[in-house]
Amino acid sequence: MFRRQEKTLVTILILGLVLGGTYALLALGLTLQYGISRIMNLAYGELTLAAAFVLVALFRATGLSPIAAIVMIAPAGYVVGWFLYAVMMRPLVARSGAGGRLEVDSILATFGLLFLIQGVLLVAFGSNFTSISYLDRGVSVFGVPVALNRLIAFAICVTAGGALVVALARTRWGLTLRAVAQTPGSAPLVGIDVNRVARQGFALGTALAATGGATIAMYQTFSANDGVIFTMKALVIVIMGGVGNVAGALAAGFALGLVETFVATAIDPGLTLAATFAIFLAVLLWRPQGLFGRG
Amino acid sequence: MKLILPVLALALLAAAPFALSDYGLGLLIGAVTYTTLASSWALFSGHTGYISLATVAFYGTGAYTVAVLNEALPYPLVLLAAALVGATMALVVGLSTLRLAGVYFVIFTFGLAELVRQLITWYEVNVTGTLGRYIFLDVTARGIYWQMLALGAVTIGLTALIHRSRLGLALRVIGDDEVVAAHSGIPLARTKLVAFVLSATILTLAGAIASPRWVYVEPAIVFNPTVSFLTVIMALLGGANRLWGPALGAVPLFLAFEWLSVKLPDTYPIFLGFLFIGVVFALPDGVLAGIERLRQRREGAG
Amino acid sequence: MTDISRRVTLRAIAICSTAAAALLAGPSGAQDDKVTIGYAVARTGPNATGAGITTIPNYELWVKTVNEAGGLAMPDGSRKMIEVVEYDNRSSNEDLVRAIERLASQDEVDLILPPWGTGSNLAVAPLFARFGYPQLAVTAVTDKAPEFVKRWDRSFWLLGGGHDYAKGLVDVLAAARDAGTINDKIAAVSVADGFGIDLINGARPAFEEAGFELVYDESYPLGTSDFAAILSEAQASGADSFVAFSYPPGSFGMTKTAQSMGYNPKVFYISVGGAFPIYPGIADGKAEGVMAIGGVDADSLAVQDYFARHTEIVGNPPDSWASAITYASLQILEQAVARVGLDHEALAAEISTGSFDTVVGEVKLEDNQLRDLWWVGQWQGGSFRAINPADRAGASEPMIPKPDW
Repeated sequence: MFRRQEKTLVTILILGLVLGGTYALLALGLTLQYGISRIMNLAYGELTLAAAFVLVALFRATGLSPIAAIVMIAPAGYVVGWFLYAVMMRPLVARSGAGGRLEVDSILATFGLLFLIQGVLLVAFGSNFTSISYLDRGVSVFGVPVALNRLIAFAICVTAGGALVVALARTRWGLTLRAVAQTPGSAPLVGIDVNRVARQGFALGTALAATGGATIAMYQTFSANDGVIFTMKALVIVIMGGVGNVAGALAAGFALGLVETFVATAIDPGLTLAATFAIFLAVLLWRPQGLFGRG
Repeated sequence: MKLILPVLALALLAAAPFALSDYGLGLLIGAVTYTTLASSWALFSGHTGYISLATVAFYGTGAYTVAVLNEALPYPLVLLAAALVGATMALVVGLSTLRLAGVYFVIFTFGLAELVRQLITWYEVNVTGTLGRYIFLDVTARGIYWQMLALGAVTIGLTALIHRSRLGLALRVIGDDEVVAAHSGIPLARTKLVAFVLSATILTLAGAIASPRWVYVEPAIVFNPTVSFLTVIMALLGGANRLWGPALGAVPLFLAFEWLSVKLPDTYPIFLGFLFIGVVFALPDGVLAGIERLRQRREGAG
Repeated sequence: MTDISRRVTLRAIAICSTAAAALLAGPSGAQDDKVTIGYAVARTGPNATGAGITTIPNYELWVKTVNEAGGLAMPDGSRKMIEVVEYDNRSSNEDLVRAIERLASQDEVDLILPPWGTGSNLAVAPLFARFGYPQLAVTAVTDKAPEFVKRWDRSFWLLGGGHDYAKGLVDVLAAARDAGTINDKIAAVSVADGFGIDLINGARPAFEEAGFELVYDESYPLGTSDFAAILSEAQASGADSFVAFSYPPGSFGMTKTAQSMGYNPKVFYISVGGAFPIYPGIADGKAEGVMAIGGVDADSLAVQDYFARHTEIVGNPPDSWASAITYASLQILEQAVARVGLDHEALAAEISTGSFDTVVGEVKLEDNQLRDLWWVGQWQGGSFRAINPADRAGASEPMIPKPDW
């Protein structure tokens, strides 16, 4: 009996961490977009989904390896994000001035973007379930079988997240980004081009969304209507980690993965989503700055 | 004098089913339902600027209450129960959330609808062992229409009253600046709570009234998030802080969507997307304000 | 109200009334040489996936086939071309109800085809009844069909109920257990949704009665995308049979997860989605031995011909559960019209009592329901073959244990 429990515990830990890794990867981009560019991007999941569809289309048409495709999709995501910010978000930012108007405007505008991308995906790829099989054989991690593609997603998450944390903390570029994130009002005083930095932040966030989406395409069946689910998951993690807090998003992603796996294993799989939302709402109420935020 | 036009319109609308086909009546029900939803949404959000995406959490709860109680209680009591459930839920939610502002409030309300849906699902599966309930009520489409029309009229009347009352003034000040409002002695929490509960109760009742048209109810059907999105965009399109704004947004949009479902069935989301973006960029304060601005400019030029 | 906004309001009312009048304009042209057939299906929203696989392709295939043959045959031997009126119900019951009202009272179509999904079919049932149209509901799995038939006497329910499918599965498993191939332990999961709950509620007593022990029995919410935890629990439960009453995303997700974690139960059963033509691709070509809901008599020439034509005209093969029944329902309608014409009352009576020659064989409804159905199927040699009821002609032998992934 005791051995069984120990085994269960190891299983929960490993499955939870792997699941959490994919969640964290999903949330990194969103936290950058909101933290640095002040845009609450509700079309985030649709951007993710678009990358997933592109990966599948590339894989089917040219047989391109998904890993190679991710290397191509990420910069493409950066370009798309750059244009989106320049064309759509910048006028809203300019209009809002210093007031709180931007938040509401950006939510409504990105809602529009959500439907727009969803509609385009429906027309382009149809409403069917889409999926590819790539590297989905199992690998034993401490005796727990885990799909290889999930481990790859986990590795991408740890690499991208780790690199971001280091870059933000150690480089001059990171310092600029943090300055804009924390005090957008006074950043121009020290010669920072806030508009440029915000655009970079948004574009980088979109690149991460695209990476996350392309990774998801490797291991999950999806359809054009799934975007909102991704947005919701990412939002929960971003709020839990504290908006704009990259390390917090990583930690919250892992925490959420562990909680879901724990609830599914030890309590009742029927409550996993309810648990997610309950934790999310609780954090919103008692620590709106996030579990790992300062203050 | 001022009341004559609305009362006349109401009488005309109430008599309309006698002259219309079933589909015409269906159109009216849809238009009146969305007018009611958008107006009651604006009752709270219009002045305060708190964008709530929880519309369907209440609307769906109303429908679900009817599904649960329709065989146990007479119909008027079912409606009363739905209103009570909605008010209680709004009270609990309001007490705990109205200190959230801006984007946090939006996200919270977005999550709330999902949480309610998950909890009801779990409860039904594990406690009652069924999922999917039937509503076999002898309520005709006309009956639904008249009830919804009455609710819509009450909502707009109530909004007009509130606009003139101290509550309306307080809400406007809160919407402009909460700090100023607090300093001028407005009880922030109580004011917001009253408006929120009123708005949510109407939303719940609307769901309860509309539900007999669906016959079969399960959480995935009644908690359809599109309802929340449509309500927001309709109210904002017309102008959420004006008495007739939500109605003026709801009716044309509803008709436009109806037309689109025939002409361009596949591209409906694309159109909806452009509309959202268009409203944000071109008509940030709604159609009414936009038209007035245009006129003022023209008159100023001439 | 200010003067300006009053003027604006009045003008807006005028515009809206014109728009509404345009929507309310009479039927586009009810000519005698044509039959108008209307349907309101989900082109967008969550139901679009199901409708896009099972319902819409078969409607289009049937209309094309009939029109290519010169039109719908009438009792007097003449033929009328079919004209389709189609609306998108956006997966919303409110929009769906209004669309049916529109088809019936505005477009005054001759026949209405039902939407996709149990909830949708129930939502429109009172309307079909009120306007008198026969409703041949296919994609609605419900145990309450006998009650519905009493309530709406022109409704027809063609896909059985959850208890039927659950009992069919228990039969298959009990036979294998009696033969000593599998142990008496079952690990079952179900999606928390009307469908999943119906099936598990039907299965629990049936399993118990057959002497099985449910060692793992949980439900998971719609929208779950990660099944690693659930499957590792099922694997640890010691059951030889894994049973999932699931929807396509879950069926696919569980298949992939089971493959990657090397979970090889002797029986691997999933529900909706298992009979989809894309399933072998999702299972990475290793679908052999997987059981699922539905099935077809893969050796029947009519079925083979139907699959070939569906593939040729729609672009992909049909699913092996509800697609063939959907097509059969349209053939029932077609043959009933040929016998009694378009009068709704006569039509409903003929559908209820007549017997029809369809892709799924000779069909005769019992109490307005199709009972001659396949409950369990299994992937064998690249096609999804029916294995239960075992005593029905055309059933294949079940393959237990399933070969490892």
